[in-house]
Amino acid sequence: MKIVVLVKEVPDTYGDRKLNLETGLADRAASDTVLDEIGERALEVALSYADGHADTEVVVLSMSPEAAAATVRKGLAMGASSAVQLVDEALVGADLGLTAEALAGALQHIGYDLVIAGNESTDGSGGVLPAMIAELLDVPNATSLNSVEIAEGEVRGERASDHGTMQVTATLPAVISITERLPDARFPNFKGIMAAKKKPFETLSLAEVGVDAETTEASRSIMISLAEKPPRTAGTKIVDEGDAGERLAEYLVQNRLA
Amino acid sequence: MTDYPADSILVLLDTTPSGALTKSAAGLLGAAAGVGTPVALIVAAGGEQLASDAAALGAARVLVAEPTELGAQLTVPVADALAAAAELVRPDAVLVSNSIEGREIAARFAARSRSGLAVDAVGVSRDAEGVIAHHSVYGGAYNVDSAVTWGAPVITVREGAIDARAEAQPVSIERLEVAASARRAAVIDSVDEAVVTSSRPELRGAAKVVSGGRGLGSEEQFALVDQLADVLGAAVGASRAAVDAGYVPQSYQVGQTGVSVSPQLYIALGISGAIQHRAGMQTAKTIVAINKDADAPIFEIADFGIVGDLFTVVPQLIAALEARKA
Repeated sequence: MKIVVLVKEVPDTYGDRKLNLETGLADRAASDTVLDEIGERALEVALSYADGHADTEVVVLSMSPEAAAATVRKGLAMGASSAVQLVDEALVGADLGLTAEALAGALQHIGYDLVIAGNESTDGSGGVLPAMIAELLDVPNATSLNSVEIAEGEVRGERASDHGTMQVTATLPAVISITERLPDARFPNFKGIMAAKKKPFETLSLAEVGVDAETTEASRSIMISLAEKPPRTAGTKIVDEGDAGERLAEYLVQNRLA
Repeated sequence: MTDYPADSILVLLDTTPSGALTKSAAGLLGAAAGVGTPVALIVAAGGEQLASDAAALGAARVLVAEPTELGAQLTVPVADALAAAAELVRPDAVLVSNSIEGREIAARFAARSRSGLAVDAVGVSRDAEGVIAHHSVYGGAYNVDSAVTWGAPVITVREGAIDARAEAQPVSIERLEVAASARRAAVIDSVDEAVVTSSRPELRGAAKVVSGGRGLGSEEQFALVDQLADVLGAAVGASRAAVDAGYVPQSYQVGQTGVSVSPQLYIALGISGAIQHRAGMQTAKTIVAINKDADAPIFEIADFGIVGDLFTVVPQLIAALEARKA
């Protein structure tokens, strides 16, 4: 079984995240970057399956700037067998369509039985890439899963939907995405970190995965304006002197909120 | 063959498993009416019954489809219906709810038609070149507008973000035949619709939200949040700390990794206001915070902050609100 896990470097949500107002791109220097937690959980799903099935190959795949290689390497330290980083100048500022095409191209290049992704990243939080990639690869999407059961030839799980849950099954090859309900990821240990240095780390360009970023056959989404919202300011702050509940009721009624 | 207005906006309306339009329908049709002529697509068994509801919410035309694998396969049947509808209507834009089901349908359709996809829009407008999507990103810190290089954009719209409502239209139904794409899909083995145990609104899209944090102290004491919510007709949310402490299920979580809300009123009880929580609620119109720690970061963004013990302030607030109602 060959499992490819999609991982992503994101700005750490514990700090302020900035967009560059000139380029519209994420300002990577403005905040610490980390491997997105949901991607780590996705990797954990693959690694725990691999723990019980010796013939499993786990590959981490990331489309990112070259500088994110160290972050991607964390996936190797956690236990992935190899890493593939898709790096190309033409991908800077890529929209969802180009990102999906690039990742689908890379997946075809690498080969896979199962693709595991997080349901949505903490930065873009679009939540659409797994389904887009499944469409491009013509494989099932079993997405937004609260539980995952990988069997020979298929994958099953409970899908968190809008009005409850569903039990879904997909025949492999398939693309799945997981929610935060899946277990926390393991920490890389010293042995893992040392071993990671010797594991295969491949860098691919768009041309190598057969994708043309400049094609006019696809319509792309482009940013046409960007503005920083003025920070919210504090309003009235009172210390309760025994009548705060009354005063808040008054405030809500005056503002037609109650 | 019927022709559709040149400024048609194709709107996919979500339906619940029990066969009603979801609450997002009014906002989607309201947004569409602001930039063109709303043409609704309802993909459901017995969708004809829902067509009049859609017309009442502003759909000038209603397409009803029931693909053969609907309900048996995930995402693909509705994406096929959307593709067939877009082929027929040739819209200026396609609007879909940014729900879990909606955004994945939009994803498959956009990837298949190679359309530009804009997700989680909080508004739409039109300029000389077409329909533009407005987004609020990084937890509301930035406003971003997006457009597509050509053709009709596919835009998913954040639930509850659109206040505009369209005028009711006469009912005009057309049955849409859908040819299955035969794309491989996951199989739906069973559906377990969440039982609605109270008349409380859903967190997503609610006009008012009362959230509790670790300051509530226990699962039992979290009932105070429910009580205030019920007096205000509000939905109940929680911080990640309250979820991690086991006071409420994960579906209540507001913030970076939970639900993002933009209500008229957000009341934070015993929530310190970590940046991840603020990212999911700071676009609320009015924020009220009650916390015993005067230095809690939540006060930096609160329109009305009370430093005090929520176990005395909230019961007094509930009593005062009930007295005014009586």
